[in-house]
Amino acid sequence: MGSHAERKQSFISKYVFSKDHKVIGIQFLLTSFVSLLIGGALAMAIRWQLAYPWQEVPIIGKWLFPESGGTVTPEFYATLVTMHGTVMIFFVIIPFLVGAFGNFLIPLQIGARDMAFPTLNMLSYWFYVPAFIVAMTGFFVEGNAAAAGWTSYPPLSVINPQGQDFWLISILIVGSSSLMGAVNYVTTIVNMRAPGLGFFRLPMTIWALLITAILILIATPVLTAAGIMLLFDRTMGTCFFIPKGLVISGEPYAHAGGGQPLLWQHLFWFYSHPAVYIMILPAMGIASDIISTFSRKPLFGYRPMVYSICAIAGLGCIVWGHHMFQSGMNPVLGMTFMTSTMLIALPSAIKTFNWLGTLWGGKIHFTSAMCNALAFVSMFVIGGLSGIFMAATNVDIYIHDTYFIVGHIHYVLFGGSMFAIFAGIYYWFPKMFGRAMNEFWGKVHFVLTFIFFNGTFFVFHILGVGGMMRRIADATQYTYLQHLQPLNVFASISSFGLGLVQVIFVLNFFSSLFFGKRAEANHWKANTLEWADTPSPPPHGNFDVIPTVYRGPYEYSSPLVKEDWLPQSRKLAETAGAGRH
Amino acid sequence: MIKKFGIIPALAGTLFASDSAWAAKYTAWWLPDNVSTFGTQVDKTFYIILAITTVIFFLVEATLLTFLIKYRNREGQKAKFIHGHHTLEIVWTIIPAAILVWLAFYQRGSWAEIKQNFPAEKDAFVVETSGQQFEWHFNYAGPDQQFGTADDIETINQLHVPVEKPVLLKISSKDVIHSFFLPEFRLKQDAVPGLVIPAWFKPLKTGVFDVACAELCGLGHYRMRGFLNVYTQSDLDTKLSELAQETEEEDIWE
Repeated sequence: MGSHAERKQSFISKYVFSKDHKVIGIQFLLTSFVSLLIGGALAMAIRWQLAYPWQEVPIIGKWLFPESGGTVTPEFYATLVTMHGTVMIFFVIIPFLVGAFGNFLIPLQIGARDMAFPTLNMLSYWFYVPAFIVAMTGFFVEGNAAAAGWTSYPPLSVINPQGQDFWLISILIVGSSSLMGAVNYVTTIVNMRAPGLGFFRLPMTIWALLITAILILIATPVLTAAGIMLLFDRTMGTCFFIPKGLVISGEPYAHAGGGQPLLWQHLFWFYSHPAVYIMILPAMGIASDIISTFSRKPLFGYRPMVYSICAIAGLGCIVWGHHMFQSGMNPVLGMTFMTSTMLIALPSAIKTFNWLGTLWGGKIHFTSAMCNALAFVSMFVIGGLSGIFMAATNVDIYIHDTYFIVGHIHYVLFGGSMFAIFAGIYYWFPKMFGRAMNEFWGKVHFVLTFIFFNGTFFVFHILGVGGMMRRIADATQYTYLQHLQPLNVFASISSFGLGLVQVIFVLNFFSSLFFGKRAEANHWKANTLEWADTPSPPPHGNFDVIPTVYRGPYEYSSPLVKEDWLPQSRKLAETAGAGRH
Repeated sequence: MIKKFGIIPALAGTLFASDSAWAAKYTAWWLPDNVSTFGTQVDKTFYIILAITTVIFFLVEATLLTFLIKYRNREGQKAKFIHGHHTLEIVWTIIPAAILVWLAFYQRGSWAEIKQNFPAEKDAFVVETSGQQFEWHFNYAGPDQQFGTADDIETINQLHVPVEKPVLLKISSKDVIHSFFLPEFRLKQDAVPGLVIPAWFKPLKTGVFDVACAELCGLGHYRMRGFLNVYTQSDLDTKLSELAQETEEEDIWE
């Protein structure tokens, strides 16, 4: 152990205001569990209302909604859909992938002792926590939390009660947290790689996190600026987004002026479309690492995989208009955005084919991590293909703002990102805590989650094709939607199952912390530095001696050695520097 | 569970007994029957994409499953040591690219027809449409064929149009953003305050259809429901003169 570990640290500076990237990563991980629980609970309430409109919510209904006799009110339904989306995107998926895995893995996988800016890193976590608290505080103010959708389109988001202010402030804080993290990631990856670790020897997780961090740096300031403008419109009487002659419930709106509601949509989607890639690129990186490791085979097409990540990020910045085909934006622009959107399906397709190529001819070990990574690939295929429907502008006219798109986003963000998060947790848990999670219960959790996930979200596509609009509290209001109600009931029952089986995961996670099988240093016989060159869990400062890197991260089943793995840092005297990368 | 599944449509049926005959036309868990001229092309593009994506889906998932079974971990087996294949990469880049670019060009015409090439005002039945929390307002020119005059007719949540004639809507909103959605006509257009956005459709048959709001517009979003009544030209004339009569009477009372 290096001299770092000798220094005495108080509990507070070691576990609370820690500057150690590993502790910060684990802090993000545990806090995201809390947000996931809340976001999931909101989803259950949404599904209850859609399956059994205006019926009393069982058990907690009376306690939550005393005024309405235990049923979800229309006002509260709008809050539910808004806060479910907000929590899941800003406080679950991004913190899990970028916050938890980014912080934990970057220094370990590039052979650095810590991040470039440890204090900034600590701040990024301590901005995330208050942001979440502010978002939750919204539930306790008059008029409840934000209710203008997670997209917060003005003028609705301007005229809504003060919960919206809490939403905006929370987004500003969490955006700052993201920016601090991103600056740190880019600096660390560019400057602090171990000797011999060229860019084309980086694990895919690091490539994905690097490109993600660059995307965050490009896009997040735009959301922050837009958020401040909207906050000004709400509190200071400006009118960036308020057009002339606005009439609210028969009364002329006091501050109506020369604003333009569509401006918000451009600014918002300029961030929020790249944000979709912020939420999927790290998942792709994690899946690539895991699939290669458990196929015991080099990643197929390493360079095309890297170029596709870059292409997704590049194209991701010029496709935001596809959220606005029906918004009143000039229809000629629709053509431009449609073409770029069609093209962004291409790098995703290339990645999928390369994952299949990796599996081909492998020696596949079905660990819990691998099962979840494979689920990521197969579900991401559905999410990717359903995106093509929306990209076609004329089909989008019909399915825009229907459950089809809700199904699409859940196949990308749950089927994609969430399965990759599960995979990543099963895979790196031994490194984080020195014990492995239970494989049997891991697989039980995987199978049940996979079944209930599809039962819940595949149905959404059919509801959307049937014409059911998103964010409506009661589909039975419309004659043409009434016959779809059994599908809503089916989706809801599946979603309750989906929520319930997560208990298995939580129990497995926390019991494994204390009773799990002791992990070896290289628990999965993997090649990357965090497994090959440091114990589980790694000490403060990560490595005794900074390793030197001789090859790429995926030299599994190499003929040069007897074993089926060949760590990046192992020196082979006569063939030093061998390997394609 | 089965019991519950049976009960729900039955319940819906009793709750909306007045609508039950109408509800009978919606049975399939699929696209509602199209009744607009351009809807056919929208549905066609939908089915083409559905066919392409279904084939790709089954190919990919079948390959995945085959590999998982064939290359599962077995005693004595060794994984191939291969880093990639240049020709394969090019093949699986060019083929999807060609399909996607073809799709992009294929659907251009239909998009232009719906959202860019509007019928001339003189050939169309023009209605000023406006959303406000939580109802649709429709304004017709009235007997003098001029908007903004005293004989304009206004209806709330009831849109009356002729069959087989282009209907040109001028869509706007008084308060927040709404989205004017005619599921059976494959038409959707956001209603944005401060903008007047044109939209058009041509009904293929008479009847009563749903008008929905597709953009979250507040707590009453789910019940911002209107009705589109498509008449033959003579029936429409009768209906409009009735409405004109009512408007006149109201004006007298005012």
